[in-house]
Amino acid sequence: MKRNLAAAAAALSLFAGTVAAQNEQFIPANFYWVGPYAPGGSGFGGGMIDYYQMINERDGGVNGVKLTWEKCETEYNNARGVECYERTKKHPPTGATVIHPLSTGITYSLIDKATADRIPIISMGYGRTSAADGRVFPYVFPLITTYWSQATVMVKFMGEKMGGMDKWKGKKLVLVYHDSAYGKEPIPVLTDMAKQYGYELTTIAVPHPGNEQQAQWLQIRQIKPDWVILWGWGVMNPTALKAAAKVGYPREKMVGVWWSGAEEDVLPAGSAAKGFFSAGFNAPGTEFPVMKDVLKYVYAKGKGEFEDKARIGSIYHTRGVVAGIVTVEAIRLAQAKFGKGKPITGEQMRWGIENLNIDEKRLKELGATGLMPPLKVSCLDHEGSGLVKFQQWDGAKWKVVTDWMQPDRKLVREKVEADAAQYAKEKNISPRDCGKDGM
Amino acid sequence: MLYREAGQFKSTYAADQQIFPILQDRVAIIALLAVAFIVVPLIGDQYWLSAILTPLLVLALAALGLNILTGYAGQLSLGTAAFMAVGAFMAYNAMLRIPHMPILGAFIIGGLCAAAVGVVFGLPSLRIKGLYLAVATLACQFFVLWAINRVGWFSNYSSSGVITAQRMEIFGYPIEHARDKYLLTLLIVALMALAAKNLMRSETGRAFMAIRDMDVAASVIGIPMMKTKLLAFAISSFYCGVAGALYAYCYLGTVEPEAFTLDLSFRVLFMIIIGGVGSILGSFLGAAFITLFPIFLNLASKWLESALGIEMSHAVVSNSEAIIFGSLIIFFLIVEPNGLARLWQIAKEKLRLWPFPH
Repeated sequence: MKRNLAAAAAALSLFAGTVAAQNEQFIPANFYWVGPYAPGGSGFGGGMIDYYQMINERDGGVNGVKLTWEKCETEYNNARGVECYERTKKHPPTGATVIHPLSTGITYSLIDKATADRIPIISMGYGRTSAADGRVFPYVFPLITTYWSQATVMVKFMGEKMGGMDKWKGKKLVLVYHDSAYGKEPIPVLTDMAKQYGYELTTIAVPHPGNEQQAQWLQIRQIKPDWVILWGWGVMNPTALKAAAKVGYPREKMVGVWWSGAEEDVLPAGSAAKGFFSAGFNAPGTEFPVMKDVLKYVYAKGKGEFEDKARIGSIYHTRGVVAGIVTVEAIRLAQAKFGKGKPITGEQMRWGIENLNIDEKRLKELGATGLMPPLKVSCLDHEGSGLVKFQQWDGAKWKVVTDWMQPDRKLVREKVEADAAQYAKEKNISPRDCGKDGM
Repeated sequence: MLYREAGQFKSTYAADQQIFPILQDRVAIIALLAVAFIVVPLIGDQYWLSAILTPLLVLALAALGLNILTGYAGQLSLGTAAFMAVGAFMAYNAMLRIPHMPILGAFIIGGLCAAAVGVVFGLPSLRIKGLYLAVATLACQFFVLWAINRVGWFSNYSSSGVITAQRMEIFGYPIEHARDKYLLTLLIVALMALAAKNLMRSETGRAFMAIRDMDVAASVIGIPMMKTKLLAFAISSFYCGVAGALYAYCYLGTVEPEAFTLDLSFRVLFMIIIGGVGSILGSFLGAAFITLFPIFLNLASKWLESALGIEMSHAVVSNSEAIIFGSLIIFFLIVEPNGLARLWQIAKEKLRLWPFPH
């Protein structure tokens, strides 16, 4: 009997040993590979997974903790996105560490659920802008830059092109937007800035998916705006560029949102896209050391996500890599605090993201200088940077035409806090106290 | 052998007219309800309850609503998602603007507003029929979404047009957990399905069917055309409106108008076509098929991958799922154009004779 017990104990400890050896960190990959938005979903998702793969191959994981993932098809559809989230959130061994919904609609649907489940959401460059107020949204991180920051930078960029912000007076600006929560995000900020700078704003909605825009562009031809902001997504972008060419609107006077500024958005429009500007928070290319590592450790071994090699180093691909960098850095930071070489929980990951500080020095170590702006997140500020670059399509590739540009922080922050406060009131949330220094 | 009604005698009219005249059916439905109300909440984990069963029930309710209009009253509609949107957004506004509004009251207000919209957009049905009516209801789909998108009042002037469902509470008991939301949905859906079943067996339901089968004949025998058609629109939209409110409150939590696009209208229409036009059971079977099957295919492709040890590109898998799903719909419609409910009926008739068919 005693010997049996001892054997059982030994077996148990052996079992425990194998569990401990299974040192893995699970991250869901809920993106989309079908439908009108597939280029964005597969590109971004592919980049993120490529980076995880590279970390596993080059470093053997994060301090020995291997990253694992599982793909789930959301079709950019809220209901499917929620289903994928519920499916992956308890996935062994760690449960979902962090979630990248890659859809503003899905982000909205997950805010409550993920906060209750203590799983952080990183909505990098999309999602609910007011989630940048970390006091009301402790688990949501619209990292790097939000739609409102971007809108202010766009107005600034166009103002500079005209020779100063005072030139805006009496000018006409048209916003052509995807008729969804995503497309409507910039309207309040652009409206406020219209009052401030004296331009006349017209908003024109394009219904999902946006492959029919004749009427909208005829309206634009009548208005004869000085600038057009294209807030498009997926198939809507090339269609808009072609329609603009048809009505003879100059593409040099069109500025796209960062979801309008990838190769997949302009290539189908052919020559109609030449001269089109777009915003961006990441740079394309394979020249960055981190991208070289992805090529060396992942693609050279045949483990890459893309079958079409031309997509490597494209905007969506490097944006996914940036998402991977941010995620892995947060895991690294959380491990440093809660136990090096051990898997972390969603709550610990939240701490990791909130205390992220990727400065120029760290960017250099990561081999990502110029790929993304430096980032410093805090309890108060879940955006962390706000910097935006502009690029122009020269007919063959995107050429970066500005340095990192600052948003109108004061205006954006005021609106963020007002909106977050309203949300807190509606939902009966008492905002966290971030302390004096906002940490 | 098991499923035989020999020896079951009916001695009263009530016994003859009950919904399930056969004892085995009654036992089966009671067992099913017991499983749904007791066993599922006990054993189901959060994934099953909140991501699969709740949306399934909600969409079954929407399909039921459409089935009343299209299946029973014969009026083709493509505005289902619009009626759901009205229900969701008006329930939200009722909760927001009326102090101490009980959540069930908000659902009813959402349903009633949807019914009112339904009646307005049902007016063309007095003059036009079939596909032309479908086009008229298509206008409803676009108009409602346009109005919700453009008129800030509906979403309480939210900059992105998104509404977030308020906290739910019934008699002081908070409905927060997936299990509670599932039970609330199940209760509402069960009661409304029962009401629908009885309605269809009543004079009103028979009037609907008379209009469906031949409206000239129906008006000749004295069925008021306008009242009956508009009533069908009102009841159907009420069901859809409640389904929309449940979709927002018990399932997604946060809704943008984009959740209720034409896509959803078509999906609900496919549900009743596949499930069975003019059948309460068909609404449930169709909803199950349309919502569960893509998820099943998605999981099955993963099992297949790990069982066979091959790695397929995810894009290929995702696209082939859509292809398989589409071809199965065609297959089902060829094999049984009257839907899954009819298949079930055939199975029951065979079972009655089994094992001695002659």
